[in-house]
Amino acid sequence: MTPLLEVEDLRVTFETGDGPVHAVNGVSFALAEGETLAIVGESGSGKSQTAFAAMGLLARNGRATGAVRYRGRDLLGLSPRELNRVRASEISMIFQDPMTSLNPYLRVSEQMAEVLMLHKGMGRRAAVAEAARMLDLVRIPDAKARVHDYPHQFSGGMRQRIMVAMALLCGPKLLIADEPTTALDVTVQAQIMALLGEIRRELGTAIILITHDLGVVAGFCDRTLVLYGGQIMEEGPTDLIFARPTHPYTLGLLSAVPRIDREEETLLTIAGEPPDMSRLPPGCPFFPRCAFARPENETLRPPLVRLTDGRRRACNRPVEEILLAREAAQ
Amino acid sequence: MALTEPTVEAIVHREPPRGRSLWVDARRRFLRNRAATVSLVVLVLIALFAFFGQFLTPYDRATVDFSLIGINAQQGYPSLETRRYFGTDMEGRDLYARTVQGTRLSLMIGIVGSLVAVVVGTLYGAIAGYVGGRVDGVMMRIVDILLSIPFMFVLILLLVMFGRSLLMLFIGIGLISWLPMARIARGQTLSIKNKEFVEAAIATGVRPLTIILRHIVPNLAGVVIVYATLLIPEMIIYESFISFLGLGVQEPNTSLGALISRGAAQLGNGVPWQLGFPLFFFVTMLFAFYFVGDGLRDAIDPKDR
Amino acid sequence: MLSFILRRLLVAIPTILILIVISFVLMFAAPGGPFNSDRPLPPAVMANIEARYGLDQPYVVQMFTYVKNIVLHFDFGPSFRYRDQTVSGLIAQGFPVTLTYGLWAFVVATSLGLALGIAAAIRHNSWLDYLATGTAIGASVLPNFVLAPILVLVFTLWLGWLPGGGWYGGQWQYVVLPVVALATSYLAAIARIMRSSMIEVMNSPFIRTARAKGLPMRRIVWRHALKPALLPVLSYMGPAFVAMITGSVVIDVYFSTGGIGQYFVNSALNRDYPVIMGVTILVGALTILFNLVVDVLYAWIDPKIRY
Repeated sequence: MTPLLEVEDLRVTFETGDGPVHAVNGVSFALAEGETLAIVGESGSGKSQTAFAAMGLLARNGRATGAVRYRGRDLLGLSPRELNRVRASEISMIFQDPMTSLNPYLRVSEQMAEVLMLHKGMGRRAAVAEAARMLDLVRIPDAKARVHDYPHQFSGGMRQRIMVAMALLCGPKLLIADEPTTALDVTVQAQIMALLGEIRRELGTAIILITHDLGVVAGFCDRTLVLYGGQIMEEGPTDLIFARPTHPYTLGLLSAVPRIDREEETLLTIAGEPPDMSRLPPGCPFFPRCAFARPENETLRPPLVRLTDGRRRACNRPVEEILLAREAAQ
Repeated sequence: MALTEPTVEAIVHREPPRGRSLWVDARRRFLRNRAATVSLVVLVLIALFAFFGQFLTPYDRATVDFSLIGINAQQGYPSLETRRYFGTDMEGRDLYARTVQGTRLSLMIGIVGSLVAVVVGTLYGAIAGYVGGRVDGVMMRIVDILLSIPFMFVLILLLVMFGRSLLMLFIGIGLISWLPMARIARGQTLSIKNKEFVEAAIATGVRPLTIILRHIVPNLAGVVIVYATLLIPEMIIYESFISFLGLGVQEPNTSLGALISRGAAQLGNGVPWQLGFPLFFFVTMLFAFYFVGDGLRDAIDPKDR
Repeated sequence: MLSFILRRLLVAIPTILILIVISFVLMFAAPGGPFNSDRPLPPAVMANIEARYGLDQPYVVQMFTYVKNIVLHFDFGPSFRYRDQTVSGLIAQGFPVTLTYGLWAFVVATSLGLALGIAAAIRHNSWLDYLATGTAIGASVLPNFVLAPILVLVFTLWLGWLPGGGWYGGQWQYVVLPVVALATSYLAAIARIMRSSMIEVMNSPFIRTARAKGLPMRRIVWRHALKPALLPVLSYMGPAFVAMITGSVVIDVYFSTGGIGQYFVNSALNRDYPVIMGVTILVGALTILFNLVVDVLYAWIDPKIRY
C-alpha cells in the first residue's frame, strides 16, 4: 500500500547574504492514511521548514530538493497550478499565530467562502452558508452571524478554531498543524488539541503535528519524529519514545518537560544553544551539547539505523548506555 | 508574542555573532555596500571642493568681467587656458567660483536643517513618547496639524515678510525639518520605553528628563542618524526650490538652486555649461547622500529590507 | 462613518481658521508695509491709501473683517499691486489652470506609480523591479525644478516635439510637459512605497495562509495583499498632495502656464501681502480637506479603525 505522504531525503537551503543556511538536511519519513505524526524539535530544528517545503510555502530564497510524494505524486515537481489543486483540497495547513495568519482586512466569511468557491465551484451564498456550518462545527457560538465579522473581533482561541474550520472546508486527507497551540493560553491550548483529536476520530484526517512541546504530543500522536539540526535524531511509536528514549537529545527534551508528579528542585534544560545552521558540524549535529559524546563523535556522523522495535535513531553511542542513564536518573 | 518561538526565518536574518558591538557590525555592513562606500568618498570630495575649491582659481564669485557680457556664448566658455574652468555666467562672473560657493551653501543648508531636525525632533518625539497619554496625544496632534500645512508657502510668506536673509532661510527650513523626525523618534521611544533598563531606571527613582536624555535618546541614535542623512538632500532640495524661484539667497551670494535657475533660463542661448555644471554637482550630491543614507539604513537596521 | 466624517470636519474647520489667523498675525508682525518704498510718500497720501485698504482700523477689527469676508464671501480683499483686481479674481483666473494639469499629474502619478510598484513587488528582483527602483532613485534626485529644464532641453530644443511653455486654453501639447515635470518624482515615490509595502505584505503570515489555501497568485495579490499594501501609500497621499501643489509653483513659473503659482511668486517678489496670504490660505484649506478625504479612505480600508 502506498503511504499517504512519503518524504524522501528532503533538504531545504536558504541563500542569505552570509552564505547558504541548511535548514533541513536529508529528512525521510512516511505517513499512512489517518495516522498522526508529531515532528518535535527546538526552534530552528527545521521542523516547520519541512512542512513548508512539502506545501511549497518556502520563503523566496529557499530551495527544496529530494521528494515529497503525496499518494505517489511528487509535490516538489508540480507546477503552481497543480500544486494549488492539492493545497486545501488534499493537504491543508494551520499555523502558529492565529492573530496574524488570518487576513485582518477581510471578513471571515470572505476568507472561508473563497476556498469553497475556488476548489468546489460553489456559489457565494452556498459557500458562506457552508462556512458558517463549519464554524458551528468547531463550536464558534452564533456562527451564522459571526461569520461576517472581521478576525480582530474574535479571541485568539476562536481565531485558531476559525483556522481549523477553514482548513477542513474541502475535506482534506492530511492536516499539517504548525505549532497550533504555541501562541495560545494553556486552557485554550487544551481545547484546540481536543478539537484536533475529534477531527482525527470523526473525519479520519491524517495529522502532522509540529511542535516543540512534548506535553502536547503524548496521548495524541501515533508516532513521533525528533529533529535536530535539520536531521532526524530518533523516530518511532510515541509510547516507545516516551518510555524508553534511545537518543541523548530525546532524553534531554523529555527531561525539559515539567512534571507535576515529581518533586524536582530545578527544571532540567539542555545546556548550550541550537546549532548555527550555516555552519553545521561535520559529525553529529548534537555533539556540542551532548552529555554522552566522545571526542571521536565530533567528526563522525551517526547513520540513521532501524532498531528491532521499529524505531529509527541516529546516535554513535550504544542504546544501552542511554537507557541506563535514564534509569539512573529515575 | 512572548510565547511564539522564532522559526528558521529568524535564523536566516540572524543576529550578529556575539563579541562584536552593534556599531562595529554596522560599519562592516556599510563598507560592504559598494554604492554607499563610493558615495561617501564622493561626498568627501564634494565637501573638499565646496570648502577649499576657491583656492584653485584666481577669480572670485562677484567680480564682473564686462568684456564678456553679451558675447558669453563665444568667449565665456569653459577653458583651462583662461582658468575659467566652468566658464562664466551671463554677467561675466566666474562660474567655477560661483559653483564652489553655491555647493558650500547647499551643503550647509542641508546639514544645518538636518541638525535642527535631529535636536528638536528627537527631543520632542522622545518626550511625547515617554510621557505618553494625553500629553502625547496633544503633542502629536500639533505635529499632524503643522505637517498638513503647505510649509513651502508659509516659508515663502516668512521670507517675504521678514526679508530674504540667509538667517531667515535657515530658520524657516529648520522649522519644517523637525516634524517627521519627531514622529519617528516618538515611535521608537514607545518601543524602548518598556525595555527592562528603562524600567530599572524608573524603579531606582531617576528623574524623567534624565531617563530621556541618558537612556532613551542614545538608543534612538541609529534611526535618527539614518533619517538625518536622508533628510539632508531633502533640505538641499527645499533651499534650491526657493532659490530657483528667486526667493532664496541674495546676490552676490548664490546657491545651486539659484545657479540652476539662471542656467535653465539661458537654455536656448548656446551656453549649456551654465546649467550643466551646477546641475552636475546638485545631482551628484543628492545621489551620494541618497546612497549613503540607504547604506546606513541597511547597515544599522537590516531588517528594514 | 458619517459621524466620523463630521468629527473630522469639526477638527478641520478650526485648523483652517487658525491658519488664517496665523497668516494675518504674521503680516502685522512683518517689518515694513507694502507701500513703504525708497521714496517715502507724503503722509496725506499714505493716510489716503491706508483708508482705501482699511489699514487705519485697529488690528483686531481688521482681522475680524478679513476672516468674515473670506468665510462668508470667499473674498480675500483687493490686491495691492494688480490694480483693480481682487485676490479672489486672481485665484479664479489662475486656479483652473493649476487644477487642470495638477489633476492630470495626480492621476498619472498615482495610477502609474501604483502599477509600477505592484509589478516590481511581484516580480521581485526582475528587470522590471530594477527599472522601477532605478527610476525611483533617479527621480528622487531630479526634483521638478531640475526636471523641467531638462525636459524642455530634450523635447523642445533638441527634438522640437512639444512647446516649452504657454497654456493657450489648455491644448494638449501645452499640458504634456507640465504634467510630466510635476508627476515624475511623485510617480517614483509612490512606486517605491507601494513596492516595499507590497513586498512586506506578501511576506506576512496571512499571505502564507492564502497560499496554503491554494489560491491563485492573481487572487492573492488583488484580494488579499492590495488593501493592506495600499495603506502606506495612502498615508503618503497627504504629503504628496502638498508637494504637488508646491511643485505647481515651479511649473507655473517655468512654463508660464498662468496658474496661481505665477501670481504667488510675483506677489512674493512684490510684497503683495493679500495675494500671498490668499493663496497660502487657499492651499492650506485644500490640503486640510484632502487629508480629511485620505483619513476617510483609510478608515474605510482598515476595519480595525473605529469610527
